[in-house]
Amino acid sequence: MINFFRISFLITLFLGFQLNSNAAEKIEYLKTDWSFKGPFGKFDRAALQRGYQVYQDVCSSCHSMKYLSYRNLVEKGGPEFSLEQAKAIAASFEVKDGPNADGEMFMRPGRLSDKFVMPYENEKAAQAANGGAYPPDMTVLVKARGGGVDYIYSLLQGYEDPPVGVTLDDGVYYNKYMYGNKIKMSNQLSDGLVEYSDGTIASVEQMAKDVTTFLMWTAEPHLETRHRMGFKAIVYLIILTTLVYFSMKKIWSRIETEV
Amino acid sequence: MSDHNYTPQSKFGKWFNDRLPLLTLANHLTDYPTPKNLNYWWTFGGILTFCLITQIVTGLVLAMHYIAHADMAFESVEHIMRDVNYGWLIRYIHANGASMFFLAVYIHIFRSLFYGSYKSPREIIWIIGIIIYLLMMAAAFLGYVLPWGQMSFWGATVITNLFSAIPLVGEGIVTWLWGGYSVDNPTLTRFFTLHYLIPFLILGLVVLHIWALHVPGNNNPIGIDIKKPSKDTVPFHPYIVIKDGFALLMFMIVFAFFVFYTPNILGHADNYIEANPLVTPAHIVPEWYLLPFYAILRSVPDKLLGVIAMLSAILILAALPWLDTSKIRSAVFRPLYKQFYWILVADVLILGYVGAMPAEGLYLLIARVATAYYFLHFLVVLPILGLKERTIPVPLSITEPILGGSPNLAAVKKKDSL
Repeated sequence: MINFFRISFLITLFLGFQLNSNAAEKIEYLKTDWSFKGPFGKFDRAALQRGYQVYQDVCSSCHSMKYLSYRNLVEKGGPEFSLEQAKAIAASFEVKDGPNADGEMFMRPGRLSDKFVMPYENEKAAQAANGGAYPPDMTVLVKARGGGVDYIYSLLQGYEDPPVGVTLDDGVYYNKYMYGNKIKMSNQLSDGLVEYSDGTIASVEQMAKDVTTFLMWTAEPHLETRHRMGFKAIVYLIILTTLVYFSMKKIWSRIETEV
Repeated sequence: MSDHNYTPQSKFGKWFNDRLPLLTLANHLTDYPTPKNLNYWWTFGGILTFCLITQIVTGLVLAMHYIAHADMAFESVEHIMRDVNYGWLIRYIHANGASMFFLAVYIHIFRSLFYGSYKSPREIIWIIGIIIYLLMMAAAFLGYVLPWGQMSFWGATVITNLFSAIPLVGEGIVTWLWGGYSVDNPTLTRFFTLHYLIPFLILGLVVLHIWALHVPGNNNPIGIDIKKPSKDTVPFHPYIVIKDGFALLMFMIVFAFFVFYTPNILGHADNYIEANPLVTPAHIVPEWYLLPFYAILRSVPDKLLGVIAMLSAILILAALPWLDTSKIRSAVFRPLYKQFYWILVADVLILGYVGAMPAEGLYLLIARVATAYYFLHFLVVLPILGLKERTIPVPLSITEPILGGSPNLAAVKKKDSL
């Protein structure tokens, strides 16, 4: 039994090594407290709403959010906008629909059931408008980057003047957290860029944190349910395991062998 | 099973059993005499059955919502994660289930290696097991392609390209596998079909694996032949059922931890980027459970020889019952083999580690040494060791060392677990 644990420990250790090695180049990311980390982690509702505002005012002009629908903004475990707010948000976008009875495509105000409207018609259009670089879709961006939320949070604040000897082409910027340090997105955040409706001061750090929280939610919309259910499942399993352990001891006590 | 004389109590039961002896089978499975000294390393057979069933059940549900099309696969996975009721749970169980399956199978295989479970008369069980393991790797690889992320696409490209190493017909075979001139929609649809098929092949082989096991019966930590049934055995039910159940629950706690709290830690971030044939990821790495073989593949400078080395690394296991010349099964009584066993374990872990690293410099050197040692262990160490090694005397029965009167009592008591 002791050996069993010892070796399980070794395996865990080994897996840990693997994960570290997958991260490859080690950069120290900026640290902040994420409310959603840990087994009981939940999203900060206000941060999600502010994060949506940053996404909407800043990011959405280039970055799509194609797997998200306006109805998601109302759902439990998300920003939990009121139904009216979400309807108003949806209606503020023009959605292409059709074809109608005349065979024409037409524009209409967005509804809750619509997917987030994309900033560009297609990937080529997005590239053409951004000097050849495609601004990646943001829905699962946090899960698609090795450093996750810490990486995104750092990247948004990582713009610097290039060190001596590094020359940058036109439309390329220096960011100390970017892979290879060269990024085609210019610095987007500056203090006071958005005006938060809840009165929070929109510092660069605050906006970076809020929008990253929002991106975590778009990538993992069921995170809160997952954490809650996980706790219940594991407590249940531990109780059951204990009961089964004692049943086993009892049954095996009929013969003199130890289990 | 032939030694069974079971008569059902009820008249209908007897009538039915005479025509289809299902009740005899059930009786055999509950009464099946099992060595009473099996330790927890023996519980992984049951755990693996659980893993297989879990993968099949969750896989069926996923297949109801997944769309095997290059333009829609990635989106359909996001649909499962967001809009299908508990789709996120089912997908995370399935994705992490693959890792848990391999974790369990590696423990199961290394248990066999330690206690000599592959030796006569259990060679067929062992070989069926190797085939199951090969099919598992195929199923895992095919499954990893289905979400159609960057690592799916490029992993599929790298692995299918291995076949191009075959002289003369290689290129033709690759085109045939792809159903075109690159990994594309035809590749995805056939991969999906095969991914759906293989688990059922595995299920069939598992039945054969267990059937073959029930002919000689279980090996045990001291590796001796025992009389069945006797004082050395316990009926499978309830003794082994409850013990397997307890171990399974422990395993499920670990499983649940991954599913609920770190569901993506064993995957690669790049697989959340939709497949793009025009952009190659910086590092293409397989899932952790294939890394040792990936390291062997890359440690050989020649492509064809690399593929041969990788395949041999697995197939050599099938010859193991004949490569190991020792008559003694359990490493408990083989002091030298025991040391080589742990060196092999370390060697495979090292191979896994360098498999995740770029194939250059020191890593490449380590990979080469570890690869060479891997083959050395099976081709040189094992055959010679079996002939030269001075083993500890083996007890005559399981009860003997426990009741005392054996000169090696202390050795057995102390070492019959790892």
